[in-house]
Amino acid sequence: MKLLASALLSALAVAGSACADLRATGDLGVVIEREAGTIQIVNTTKPAMLSRIEGLGDLSHASVVFSRDQRYAYVFGRDGGLSKIDLLQDKIDKRIVQAGNSIGGAISQDGKVIAVSNYTPGGVKLFDAETLEQLAEIPAVYGDDNKLSKVVGLVDAPGQRFVCSLFEANEIWLIDAKNPRQPGVKKFKEVGKQPYDALLSPDGRYYAAGLFGEKGLALLDLWQPEQGVQQILDDYGKDDEQLPVYKMPHLEGWTMVGDWLFVPAVGRHEVLVVDKHDWTLVKRIPLAGQPVFVSARPDGRQVWVNFAFPDNQTVQVIDVKDLNTVKTLQPGKAVLHMEFSPRGEAVWLAVRDDDRIAVYDTETFAETSRLPAQKPSGIFFTDRANRIGW
Amino acid sequence: MRIAWLLGAFCFGVYAEEPGAARQQELTNMLKHDCGSCHGLPPKGGLGPSLMPDALADKSDALLFDAIRNGRSGTAMPAWQPFLNDAEIRWMVTRLRQR
Ligand code: HEC
Repeated sequence: MKLLASALLSALAVAGSACADLRATGDLGVVIEREAGTIQIVNTTKPAMLSRIEGLGDLSHASVVFSRDQRYAYVFGRDGGLSKIDLLQDKIDKRIVQAGNSIGGAISQDGKVIAVSNYTPGGVKLFDAETLEQLAEIPAVYGDDNKLSKVVGLVDAPGQRFVCSLFEANEIWLIDAKNPRQPGVKKFKEVGKQPYDALLSPDGRYYAAGLFGEKGLALLDLWQPEQGVQQILDDYGKDDEQLPVYKMPHLEGWTMVGDWLFVPAVGRHEVLVVDKHDWTLVKRIPLAGQPVFVSARPDGRQVWVNFAFPDNQTVQVIDVKDLNTVKTLQPGKAVLHMEFSPRGEAVWLAVRDDDRIAVYDTETFAETSRLPAQKPSGIFFTDRANRIGW
Repeated sequence: MRIAWLLGAFCFGVYAEEPGAARQQELTNMLKHDCGSCHGLPPKGGLGPSLMPDALADKSDALLFDAIRNGRSGTAMPAWQPFLNDAEIRWMVTRLRQR
């Protein structure tokens, strides 16, 4: 009897594993649902929702990085939560609350260290990517009275380094995490007023922080950091009227295409095109609103732009060949984020107030599918795992 | 649609009454998401400071009203007066205190 039962059990187990739906990670992605504090795991080819995961805390400003085997997604929540999600088993593998108020994170070149940038207490913390054990804490102290600054624009860089910016301190910090328990920090001071976010060029060479408190960008050449931070575009549009900013723009890795860098003009209805040989302004492209994300299709032919309130129902597409807008779309109410499929034939848009994801064909600009999502805000596909500075 | 909107703005501007139910829902959504992008959801703070009742307890209605209506120049807080009339801003302040 006992024998029979165990034989039956093992037969079932074999049958079970044979039937299990094998899932390859290259097709996966994560959608953040900001109001409910949940995420969806999605299949980007089908496209379809695979599962929803709850219990991730406050995701009102969340971002995601992937382990380099693409099995795990690390979700950084506003409330300081750091959750490691197993994309194969649809579950939270580990979760910690590591700070009071957090803004984003990055994963090291070798995939072994997770860095998180925090608003309160202002600073950066390093964690073991496997166990989420804390390895080091780097408080963002500045000035004579040792105040703490909010940390923004944290990215990974070649050489097992991280780079970040200090909003109130006007500094850029280059963190060497070769020994993650005792990281080295090189500080660049007075880089420009209020760096609000930053990007790394796709080759990992240039770190550019956008400035909120004044015009232009602070630029650090990681091939020769000893040359210090240089301010670029500091005198374009000096006399233009400054409009109030209803949502902070974001900077992300792939806004550098060939010789050109595309950046949102803070408080203005335009994108700036910068020549990366001499960092001069090539063109100001007039647009429908204040840009939030300026994202290049992976092949670099198109740049898609979404906008701040009150123009966030619109998305515009710039053709990089002529540096002109070629398409204006109205995908729905409050388009918060855009993510391209790995080779760019499709783009997913998070349409917050219509509670859905809209998928567009980037050649024909036709909407090809819709997926329900509750107040979606961010979309992250696993191909990010292999990109520097995302 | 546009006429209705203009009419709405006109009525509110003149009578400055409490916003209607539909508008209250829009304002709640705005508080959560458009204000929330800087202040958090719930508004425990982000780039902007916490707007939770305890954080606002010792601040006057007039101060909060002024911050929302006119923004704070030199900071990231924008003026919302182009999108919100005075009654709507007053309603928002009351809402923030109730959470
Ligand atoms: C782009 C970012 C941003 C957005 C969007 C934003 N705020 Fe603010 N807000 C700030 C910042 C930064 C401050 C702090 C200003 C200062 O230092 O005085 C602030 C301050 C305030 C204050 C004053 C708080 C105090 O303690 O004095 C109130 C009230 C407020 N915001 C309400 C709102 C409301 C309501 C909305 C939405 C209608 C909103 N904010 C949207 C950034 C923002």
